[in-house]
Amino acid sequence: MEIFAQQIVNGLVLGSIYALVALGYTMVYGILGLINFAHGDITMIGALVSLTFIQLLVAAGVPPAAVLLLAGCGAMLVCAVLGLTIERVAYRPLRRAPRLAPLITAIGVSILLQYSAALIWGKQYIALPAIVEPLQFTVFGAQLTSLQAAIFLLACLIMAGLLWFIKSSRMGRAMRATEQNPDVAGLMGVNTNTVIAFTFLLGSAIGAIAGLMVVLYYGIGHYFMGFMLGLKAFTAAVLGGIGNVGGAVLGGLLLGVIESLAAGYIGDLTGGVLGSNYRDVFAFLVLILVLVLRPSGLLGQHSGDRA
Amino acid sequence: MHKHTVRHITAALIAAALLVACGKETPPPAPKAEAPKAPEIMVVKIGSASPLTGPQAHIGVDIRNGVQLAVEDLNAKGIEIGGNKVKFEMVAEDDEANPTKATTVAQKLVDAKVAAVVGHFNSGASIPASKIYADGGVPQISPSSTSPDYTLKGYKTTFRVVAHDGQQGPTLGRYAVGTLKAKNIAIIDDSTAYGQGLADNFENTVKAMGAKIAAREHTTDKDTDFKAILTKIKGRKPDLIMFGGIDPQAGPMIKQMKELGIKAHFIGGDGMQTPNFIKLAGDASDGAMASIPGLPKDQMPGGKEFLEKYKAKFNQEVELFAPMGYDAVFVFVEAMKRAGSADPAKFLPEISKTDYQGVIGPIAFDDKGDLKNGPITIYKVKDGKWEPLEVVKPEAAPAASAAEKK
Repeated sequence: MEIFAQQIVNGLVLGSIYALVALGYTMVYGILGLINFAHGDITMIGALVSLTFIQLLVAAGVPPAAVLLLAGCGAMLVCAVLGLTIERVAYRPLRRAPRLAPLITAIGVSILLQYSAALIWGKQYIALPAIVEPLQFTVFGAQLTSLQAAIFLLACLIMAGLLWFIKSSRMGRAMRATEQNPDVAGLMGVNTNTVIAFTFLLGSAIGAIAGLMVVLYYGIGHYFMGFMLGLKAFTAAVLGGIGNVGGAVLGGLLLGVIESLAAGYIGDLTGGVLGSNYRDVFAFLVLILVLVLRPSGLLGQHSGDRA
Repeated sequence: MHKHTVRHITAALIAAALLVACGKETPPPAPKAEAPKAPEIMVVKIGSASPLTGPQAHIGVDIRNGVQLAVEDLNAKGIEIGGNKVKFEMVAEDDEANPTKATTVAQKLVDAKVAAVVGHFNSGASIPASKIYADGGVPQISPSSTSPDYTLKGYKTTFRVVAHDGQQGPTLGRYAVGTLKAKNIAIIDDSTAYGQGLADNFENTVKAMGAKIAAREHTTDKDTDFKAILTKIKGRKPDLIMFGGIDPQAGPMIKQMKELGIKAHFIGGDGMQTPNFIKLAGDASDGAMASIPGLPKDQMPGGKEFLEKYKAKFNQEVELFAPMGYDAVFVFVEAMKRAGSADPAKFLPEISKTDYQGVIGPIAFDDKGDLKNGPITIYKVKDGKWEPLEVVKPEAAPAASAAEKK
């Protein structure tokens, strides 16, 4: 029971990071019908920028709380600008092009970001300097650190805030209008270019926060770290129903928990034939099952007319 | 125009003259022409191949210095082989730690008719080069390459004076069960040839010694999230966790282990015995153990004397493999003395029969050319530094603790 509770905790924390990254995929897909494959690497940039900030600020003797705040803001700023630039340079000129073209540019941007990061930060693993020793506490027999709790709570807060923003604010309404039909939204006085740019800005900034969380949680950064994270988050978005913000949250948390449980129990359930290294296989297997039974994902509604 | 041509010809002539002059500075090749003079002085060339430029240059130069020191010591002693006085010469080449360059360098050494080669540093360089030495019939001793594959090609010319990775797993296993008294052991590997091989060797040994395998888990060499695996392992309550892999995984792994409140020992191979591991794991690295082939340099039987001699000659400390390079030359020369010839075809069979007491300890080879009973040192992280803890002979019981000797 203890172990089961621990696996659920592991899964929820991992899943909340997936969910934050998945938001970026799903928002862009909802509005543009584009899979922004560079989003995982924007998260990576966010992670490495915050890592650099933390290194510099810790060396300068800034108090821990300020270090985290400044690192988070710095990473968000850099990623927001990066997201805007990518949209303007790589996607906007191709908005009326066949669907395959922006997909290819997205992959191109992803590779460009990876190797730029390799040039700037080098190809070695970068270690996080010690900031604060997280507190340990026990919940239902599971070990939980204050960092894990903070990651989970902050992720929930961001997700709830985003849902509220899209539902209630003026910009959120414009986003929903653009999602339904960009041309008609334009006729109704919505500046779709601004809305799309804002979507990229928002998704990238949230990705930066996820990057900071990864760095704090694992204490390590690497120019290739965005690849697998992006793939998992994309899977989470599809699992929940791509284009649906609530679906991304559900998909992310679900994927995290499935992975943890798979790694923990798959070996015993298969009598040792499949080991914990098959956890990714298991995660993708669940994805295939969901897509076969519910092609638009768990909460997906719009993707039917998009596809 | 005409003037220019003249100038060019003059320049060319001067250059040619300089070249000739330079050429004269190096001693003439084997003075066989002066045969009537007795006793005859025979020149024997020993090759040294290691990275002399690039990021690993400091280690490569260290090996070359070891070879140079050996050659000078031998010449000072005055060695006779088959009744002839011998003068040794070193031919040092730079393989840039690059497998392709290594083969070029190897061919160059074979063409220069060296009697034997000490090298290369990297397994990735030693392995492709070994074919060229085998084809050329030139014996090769690597001072440092630890990949098991190096001696598995079946070449008679391939030797090494360092324990290989296949010996590390069993040694770690004996240490875990014999010294640390582990009874319930969890094993994780990173699914690479190195990591899985190390973990398999370890598993076989600890099983044979009667320990229980609590769990055998796999991750990848890209992953950083081990919480799920470690949670499962925690449920099995192991007293020791062994990881076959390298530092980018080992660092976060021990960190997450401590976060989950697992109190077991953490032990691994030379892939995690790095300063980077400590950087990545931070305070969590304290108490982690890892092995590395060879003795700590100040504990080698001839270590103290060698370190002083080296310092006096090169005005710097021994990095790592200079003693191995030094001993390798002596292994060759002892074989030449026994065979009474510096012809590789004649003294090669004698190398396999080597029984030599070197700076690094006793040197003997098994039928593959691997060092017999190569020692392996276990290190432990203490106050943010790797410190030698104990030296383990692969086949023997754990030797006296290193800490006691100090």
